Amino acid sequence: MADAVISKPLAQSDAANQVAGIVVKAPPRELEREPMVRNQRSIGWISDAIAGVAEGKTPRWWWLAFIPSVIMMTACFTMILYLVSVGVGVWGPGHRVMWGWAIVNVVWWIGSGEAGTLIAAIRFLLRQKWRTSINRAAEAMTIFAVMCAGIFPVIHIGRIWFGWWLFPIPNGNDIWPQFRSPLMWDVFAVSTYFTVSVLFWYMGLIPDLAVMRDRAKNKIRKFAYGLFSLGWTGSNRHWSNYEKAYLILAGLSTPLVLSVHSIVSLDFSVSQLPGWHTTIFPPYFVAGAVFSGFGMVLSLLIPLRRVLRLEDIITLRHVELMCKVTLATGSIVGYAYGIEFFIAWYSGNPYERYAFINRATGHYAWAYWTMITCNVIVPQLFWFKKIRTNMLVVFILSILVNIGMWFERFVIVVISLHRDFMPSNWGYFRPTWVDILTFLGTFGLFFTFFLLFLRFVPLIAISEVKGVTPQADPHHPLGGAKKGGH
Amino acid sequence: MADTANPYGIIAEFDNPADTMHAAEKVRDAGFRKWDVFTPFPVHGMDKAMGLKNSKVGWFSFLGGVTGYTCGMLMIWWMNAVDYPIVVGGKPMFSPFSAFPPSYELTILLGSFGSLFGMLFLNRLPRLYHPLLKNRRFALATHDRFFIVIETADPKYSETETRKLLESLGTRHIEVVEE
Repeated sequence: MADAVISKPLAQSDAANQVAGIVVKAPPRELEREPMVRNQRSIGWISDAIAGVAEGKTPRWWWLAFIPSVIMMTACFTMILYLVSVGVGVWGPGHRVMWGWAIVNVVWWIGSGEAGTLIAAIRFLLRQKWRTSINRAAEAMTIFAVMCAGIFPVIHIGRIWFGWWLFPIPNGNDIWPQFRSPLMWDVFAVSTYFTVSVLFWYMGLIPDLAVMRDRAKNKIRKFAYGLFSLGWTGSNRHWSNYEKAYLILAGLSTPLVLSVHSIVSLDFSVSQLPGWHTTIFPPYFVAGAVFSGFGMVLSLLIPLRRVLRLEDIITLRHVELMCKVTLATGSIVGYAYGIEFFIAWYSGNPYERYAFINRATGHYAWAYWTMITCNVIVPQLFWFKKIRTNMLVVFILSILVNIGMWFERFVIVVISLHRDFMPSNWGYFRPTWVDILTFLGTFGLFFTFFLLFLRFVPLIAISEVKGVTPQADPHHPLGGAKKGGH
Repeated sequence: MADTANPYGIIAEFDNPADTMHAAEKVRDAGFRKWDVFTPFPVHGMDKAMGLKNSKVGWFSFLGGVTGYTCGMLMIWWMNAVDYPIVVGGKPMFSPFSAFPPSYELTILLGSFGSLFGMLFLNRLPRLYHPLLKNRRFALATHDRFFIVIETADPKYSETETRKLLESLGTRHIEVVEE
């Protein structure tokens, strides 16, 4: 609403204001906000620009990205096949420290995905209109990241044919799963998160698939988009229910996204190991997830807006705002690191103290200081507008954020594990080549799905972007309002 | 094929949301019942202009949520405390605290299903055949045009009067759509 008031020409509100004896001035230039869609693009232009990405001949860059992704995905599945046929020995767990690679990866992937829901749901509830340009791609990122994450817990159980023991189905001896364990909570949290993310994403897609259907030139496309758009017509009676349902889904996704990483963190904090047994974990994990998630969104969208020429829709302002969120959450994460050290000292617990001194100065100090550099120092650069508006620098910094967050999980899981109460359990973790290829392979899986998404589905919420333009506001002169609205 | 002598309704095309909204107010005040406005994005204030009541989707989500929470709690209590109790670390067989997180997730899961499927049910979707979707101009309803459609099934519909009313509202194109 504020935007409409700002850009309303002064003359049109004069009559109304003079009656009350108040003159409303247009805000000074520096207070004017950059519009959501630059260059006063028409509503039709928005359809053409966004839907056009998924139409026409497949561009060369797409194949250049898609083929290596598929090869990497194949490597991932080959490694999984090797693991299942040979046994978990290929991950090297002859020693109890040689464990945790899968857990580092699952936590990292889920965390990276969380920003999608955050942008889609929480920014919707907060009426942050800038979310419209990025929420669709960010939600797709969430879904594919959770898929990558979901692979690891399933394959790390060793005998994966017993994976169904995770679900509330009685096993061969009629025993039910134990709901007193946070691992069971995790199963419910992650599977609910995946399902609800898909529902939320699909629901947002229905009107846009109808756009694709109405633009489709050949029969197959018309049929496929027609089928998945469920016969959407744009009826206002439908929009009315749709908007309410979208609001409720956003309201439900918000506590969900906060609970998912909290529950993931409880897997650690309910255990007894120093370095894991910490009450700060739930909020700290959620802040870390948002931080790494925004890093991931930036890494994806900065090249995309350039390649797909969507700079008018994903504007510099969008990138800047995302940098600011990264800065804020990065600072929370840095604060949490500090508090962990303070509590380790303040608790007077020698094991806890040792765990933290060992983190910063032990054999894995290199991992710890990589984490500190990437997660605490790097985001502080986003204080500077010069840096926030330099796309190349933001891209590089966002990659560093992703690396830093991977190391955070490595620090928590592996460093805590490599020095526990029993010196006989001490060791030094080294990933095997199977470990490394499986993890790299999940990037193939992620990008394969993401590229397919770009090619077949509108990557930006068309109807939502149209809805935040002044042309869509019936009370704005550009929306056809006469005499300053009615 | 459809009966060509059987019109579905009359459609009027508009250029911008403000004109559409003013026209919708007039159609509402004229007392029509079986009519609708079609827009490429939700236009805020259109519900009021059409005289629509608050959407009932919330009830479906609420029912879903209540079902999810109740089922979660009952399921965990029955599995771990009744059907096959096992002592784990001296913890109680059932505690509402440890049963809460999965039940909370089930609340959200079924609540979300409630809102998506409630929305589809209230909108009578999926409906893959619709007379309007055959109309070529109507395809612009998802692009940048706005339409008001008054169905022939409306008791106040009259071929000449209704057309006159729509013509007086600043439409740029009027057409009768066949069933």
